[in-house]
Amino acid sequence: MLKYILNRLFHSVIVMFVISFIVFFIMFKAGDPVQLLLPPDATQQDVIEMRHALGIDQSFIKQYEAFLKNVAKGNLGTSFVYGQPALDVVFERLPATLELSVLAMIFSIIFGVPLGIIASIKPKAWYSKAIMFLSLSGISVPIFWTGMVLVLVFSVLLGWLPSSGRGEVYLFTSAFTWDGIKHLIMPVLTLSFFQLALILRLTRTGMMEVMMQDYIKLAVAKGVPRRVVVYYHALKNSLIPLITVIGIQFGQLVAFTIVTETIFAWPGTGKLIIDSIQNLDRPIVVAYLLIISFIFVAINFVVDVLYTFVDPRVRV
Amino acid sequence: MALLEVKNLKTYFFTRNGIVKSVDGTSFSIEKGEILGIVGESGAGKSITGFSLLGLIDPPGKIVEGEINFNGRDLVKLSEDELQKIRGDEISMIFQDPQTSLNPVITIGEQMMEVILYHRKGMSKKEAFNACVEILKTVGLPAAHKRMKSYPHQLSGGMKQRVVIAMALLNNPKLLVADEPTTALDVTIQAQILYLMKKLSLEFHSALILITHDIAVVSQLCDKIAVMYAGRIVEYGRKEDVIFNPLHPYTKGLIECLPKLNDDKKRLYQIPGIMPSLLGLPKGCYFKDRCEFADEQCDVYPPKQEIDKRIVFCHKVK
Repeated sequence: MLKYILNRLFHSVIVMFVISFIVFFIMFKAGDPVQLLLPPDATQQDVIEMRHALGIDQSFIKQYEAFLKNVAKGNLGTSFVYGQPALDVVFERLPATLELSVLAMIFSIIFGVPLGIIASIKPKAWYSKAIMFLSLSGISVPIFWTGMVLVLVFSVLLGWLPSSGRGEVYLFTSAFTWDGIKHLIMPVLTLSFFQLALILRLTRTGMMEVMMQDYIKLAVAKGVPRRVVVYYHALKNSLIPLITVIGIQFGQLVAFTIVTETIFAWPGTGKLIIDSIQNLDRPIVVAYLLIISFIFVAINFVVDVLYTFVDPRVRV
Repeated sequence: MALLEVKNLKTYFFTRNGIVKSVDGTSFSIEKGEILGIVGESGAGKSITGFSLLGLIDPPGKIVEGEINFNGRDLVKLSEDELQKIRGDEISMIFQDPQTSLNPVITIGEQMMEVILYHRKGMSKKEAFNACVEILKTVGLPAAHKRMKSYPHQLSGGMKQRVVIAMALLNNPKLLVADEPTTALDVTIQAQILYLMKKLSLEFHSALILITHDIAVVSQLCDKIAVMYAGRIVEYGRKEDVIFNPLHPYTKGLIECLPKLNDDKKRLYQIPGIMPSLLGLPKGCYFKDRCEFADEQCDVYPPKQEIDKRIVFCHKVK
């Protein structure tokens, strides 16, 4: 187990090293941030001074070398735009994104798995067909459309829910205050639709496949009640592929809340990264992508560990 | 009275391509402690007959007609809840492939204890556990206590089939339905498992229905034999009669197919042709296209004949 963890850690360091190099290179080639940072009437002298101050007047190799040295000290550079350490800027925004992703994932699982099971038991019943139709729309309808329709209905027409911002924040999250919850509902719903539909469909397919297995028939032949056969014998088997997908999708959620955050003016990392790319704010972009890759690596690790609990055939 | 009496059982599958008459009017009976072999090719309706007994036919399949009188009750008329009480308790089943008949993510112990706990409501987990260990020892599984905590993938095929058999015997059932219990095992293990089943059914006074395509297996173990072809029984009688004096041409063919030790023929005999599709059965006798004795008389399905306590469906048998 320890060997496995160390191995994993070593791999993730390599992955993050490669990512940092690629992002650093792309941002280096993308353009000169000084043009965007200084007012249009700045003199050539100002430009040269600014470039020297930011350290971007040196060669690529020199810059990357300096970056790596800083990383070794736990410093991912200072944001060109905000003038603060890049890590601090990203971490400040991260809770908002994480809360959105975690809640959306929980919501999708809580509704997706049971609905998938229901749709799998009697695939020809009207309610199964209704569930499958809705899930198809969940998969097909683009997220920005869902978000805007929700805003139109619940903010503009009905005036029930606020259309932007996080509301009152307590202990890094809006989920503990009534005002915060009202702000959370629509972004979480928007973000969940696709995930819910995906989880639902996967659960259904998995269950239908498992229900045809001999061991399910034998469980029934042993006189085990149908309910137990479905929710224990079958579900435990169909959870195995589901966990993988939920893990991957969670990484996706954290990384790609951009659209949802833009619609609801949610002050998370998604909006930050878009702004930073536009401003050519290299330290922020690099720091953000490194953190996201780390989250992906961590999730994969958790999934692997969860596997050993659900599937006895898998041993780490 | 017989323990189980099946009368004119018809199990049909309503598929898009038409009605598949998997079991089309079979009748047989089995006494307490008796062993009945049901023999036939793949698709002859043997397994469906077995599943019908326990009400394990899933849509689009359905038992459309017939009676299954078991211990004074007609199982066809019972509700799902009542059947559930009988399954695994009074009638239990052993499946063909031990590799797939145990749930891969649940321990052997839990899968076994379930059988007891859902039928004996008053029994404690500890008692159930001990009963399982006992029965695992009876079926000859080494280190039974340790095996209770194992998962199926940690056991070999033969060991798994022993577990499945042990599981079927836990509640001391009156009837055991074994669907090709040795087909998926290698030959040395086959003999062990068959011997074990015979021994246990004697020990536990259970009646046994042995479904197999292997007439050699049947001839060793069974008291009675039913030969099925295309959903119907074509010959049914005592083992000695059926094996040593087969009447139906199909039964004769099956026995002819067996390799014989003191035979210098290079090739084994095979019955010409294949079993007709259940969707396109010929008019008259289903076997006529493969039968060397067939003539125009066979264009009508042969009537039931009872010869010397044996039942046979063939015009050519007098």
